[in-house]
Amino acid sequence: MSVTANGSDGGGEAPKLVGRAGPAANLIIRGARLLDPRGGLDAPRDLVVRDGEIAEIAEPGGAPEIEGAEVVEGEGLLALPGFVDPHVHLRVPGQEHKEDLETGTRSAAAGGYCAVIAMANTSPPIDSAAVLGSVRDRAEREASIPIGFVANVTRGMAGQELSEMAELSEAGAIGFSDDGLPIADARVLRRALQYQRLAGGVIALHEEDPDLSSGGVMNEGAVSAALGMAGVPEVSESTMIARDCSLALYEGARVHVQHLSARKSVEEIAHAKALDVQVSCEASPHHLTLTDEAVRSLDARFKMNPPLRTEDDRQALIDGLRDGTVDCVATDHAPHAAEEKEVPFEEAAWGVTGLETAFAALHTELVLPGVLPLEVLVERLTCGGEPFGIEAPRLEVGAVANVAVIDPELTWTVGEDGYESRSYNNCFGGRELTGRVLMTVAAGRVAFRQRSFALGVAS
Amino acid sequence: MKHLLGVEELSREQMDRILARAESFAEVGRRDIKKVPTLRGRTIVNLFYEASTRTLSSFELAAKRLSADVVSVKSGGSSVDKGESLKDTVATLSAYDPAAIVIRSPHAGAAGLVARWTEASVINAGDGKHEHPTQALLDVFTLRQRLDSLEGTSIWIVGDVLHSRVARSCLLAFQKMGAKVTLAGPPTLIPRAVEALGCEVSYDLDDLGEADVVYALRMQRERMSESFVPSLREYATRYQIDSRRLGPRQLLMHPGPVNRGVELADEVIDSPQSLITAQVESGLVVRMAILYELLAGSDRARPERGPAPADTPTIGQPA
Repeated sequence: MSVTANGSDGGGEAPKLVGRAGPAANLIIRGARLLDPRGGLDAPRDLVVRDGEIAEIAEPGGAPEIEGAEVVEGEGLLALPGFVDPHVHLRVPGQEHKEDLETGTRSAAAGGYCAVIAMANTSPPIDSAAVLGSVRDRAEREASIPIGFVANVTRGMAGQELSEMAELSEAGAIGFSDDGLPIADARVLRRALQYQRLAGGVIALHEEDPDLSSGGVMNEGAVSAALGMAGVPEVSESTMIARDCSLALYEGARVHVQHLSARKSVEEIAHAKALDVQVSCEASPHHLTLTDEAVRSLDARFKMNPPLRTEDDRQALIDGLRDGTVDCVATDHAPHAAEEKEVPFEEAAWGVTGLETAFAALHTELVLPGVLPLEVLVERLTCGGEPFGIEAPRLEVGAVANVAVIDPELTWTVGEDGYESRSYNNCFGGRELTGRVLMTVAAGRVAFRQRSFALGVAS
Repeated sequence: MKHLLGVEELSREQMDRILARAESFAEVGRRDIKKVPTLRGRTIVNLFYEASTRTLSSFELAAKRLSADVVSVKSGGSSVDKGESLKDTVATLSAYDPAAIVIRSPHAGAAGLVARWTEASVINAGDGKHEHPTQALLDVFTLRQRLDSLEGTSIWIVGDVLHSRVARSCLLAFQKMGAKVTLAGPPTLIPRAVEALGCEVSYDLDDLGEADVVYALRMQRERMSESFVPSLREYATRYQIDSRRLGPRQLLMHPGPVNRGVELADEVIDSPQSLITAQVESGLVVRMAILYELLAGSDRARPERGPAPADTPTIGQPA
């Protein structure tokens, strides 16, 4: 399944990605550096998008003039396949004061994303076909890029009884997750993994042993000792990963482990992959660029679950991202209203926004210092849908246009022009980052354009 | 110095200046009339989100001895209990144009947040399990009256370090004054990786004899239900400071209130080595010194308002 607006599997089931219809893009991006690691493409080219499809990839200056097409002077810019985020919180239904489908997808498009997968820890949670249907209807009206919705593994996210997974799958659930909460009861998870044979759909797991993490608000270590705040030990995550990979192996099931934060967790995933467990995993831009030292500020923007950990953990995540143990980057975009964050750290809501800064943060902190090659970053940002059956977007003739146009040298201060997201709990706020998304084409439509980024129209 | 948020931010010089000032207020305390006009017409708000007897009374009395007007807002019965956010409460209290807000909160970092939201000087009277800087300063003051200098002394802090803001602030303060600090207690109540703060850790009291000062922490009963220790009896057997463990040349401190028979045996509390009462006395003069250092030197005097009339009623001030 590729990233299209209402792409169907071809079977009788509902399409997994839903978004707003709109005019198909006609544009020519001239002379940008086209980088598509999967196709071995890395060269200055003209990219022609006609009626929402990539019609031509030509030598610079080789693209024909097309009447009515927008022309982007791309010299010095990057044109990448659009990014796919397997883990965002769009807060619909029930918490629209934090985000809604319109602001959330605009925020995603502003970060170069052409598709996102929305979590189901909403209010009420998405544990029935009725609720799933209602958010998909809203996405058809409000989403500027396609959204895939996961449904809950368990009813009411209570971790006790399975949701009607087969019906939810037919109704368009792209996968299943109780993200926000772990499935603490191994018996319940085991039943869900067995039931996957009927219902299909990867099960995405928030790995946390609540008995070990309970009461903690940050990483347990030297910084929590200094601040006197209760810690969440890394083993609360890694022991659950070990347990659930064993269960997945035993049941022959597919699982996707969300937001890895610790070295031990990367090691557990590597071990599981060596045993041919069907497991994939993700890491977030904040865990890849920040550590618990940031929490010394007691600034609640650095409070998220799992917590920021140590430099050693961060290095393990980077190594895992480089060697493929960590399959993809996921923002875990988690918007919260100001009043939920302008409180003491221990009281504050968990989570940070990240869609608008994911590329810029990773480009600044990992690519520019030479820690991670750009093509690896692009690969890990574009393949986030694969655990859920969504192919990574490609820059090739005939493909639906999913393109992020980026100025890799533009330095900007995060938040100085506000955010597209309704919330501004971004942990990079106020920092200077290098690399800015200027334009995003998603599912064949222009989904975002930086206000200052003027486009020429061919006469 | 505008705020006192933690010992972490204090320099040795700032600590020395506060302690020297406290010496001079100790002299005032020996007079018949213990009041000085230094802060006449200025308002000090005590904002307490946790029950406190000695810290609150000490701050109230310190402010009054400096002739300031005092408002104490406690969590019982105020908007603090009505769901108003800390930010809004601070905005409301700031409308009284206080010179200082003294805040006690169950949450780490609360004082730092208040400092961002008000023009007033902010004094941290305890934020969660993070810091309690005025306690640490009064403890250093108390010790210096006995030892002249803490340079090279060995201080053991014994008990529930994990849940103690006093332990954290005292550790930092004692180290800044040149002491070597050992944290001792059950392994379940010593924070992981706390050695990173430059202290020693011991899970038993076998080497307690090396200490010049033994600083016992309060052991709360609810720690047993949380499986931190099997029983108070076992805790007391291993960690209680009694006349057998406390040598004759060792000094004993405790931040109060004491659980007699748990962390301290009866006989040591009232022994001549015990500085517990001296700590309370020090609290008053050290808090006067802190208020003086933050407020008297500042340029926030507001001549356009003129001095407050002596009979101005103050809200919440006990009659």
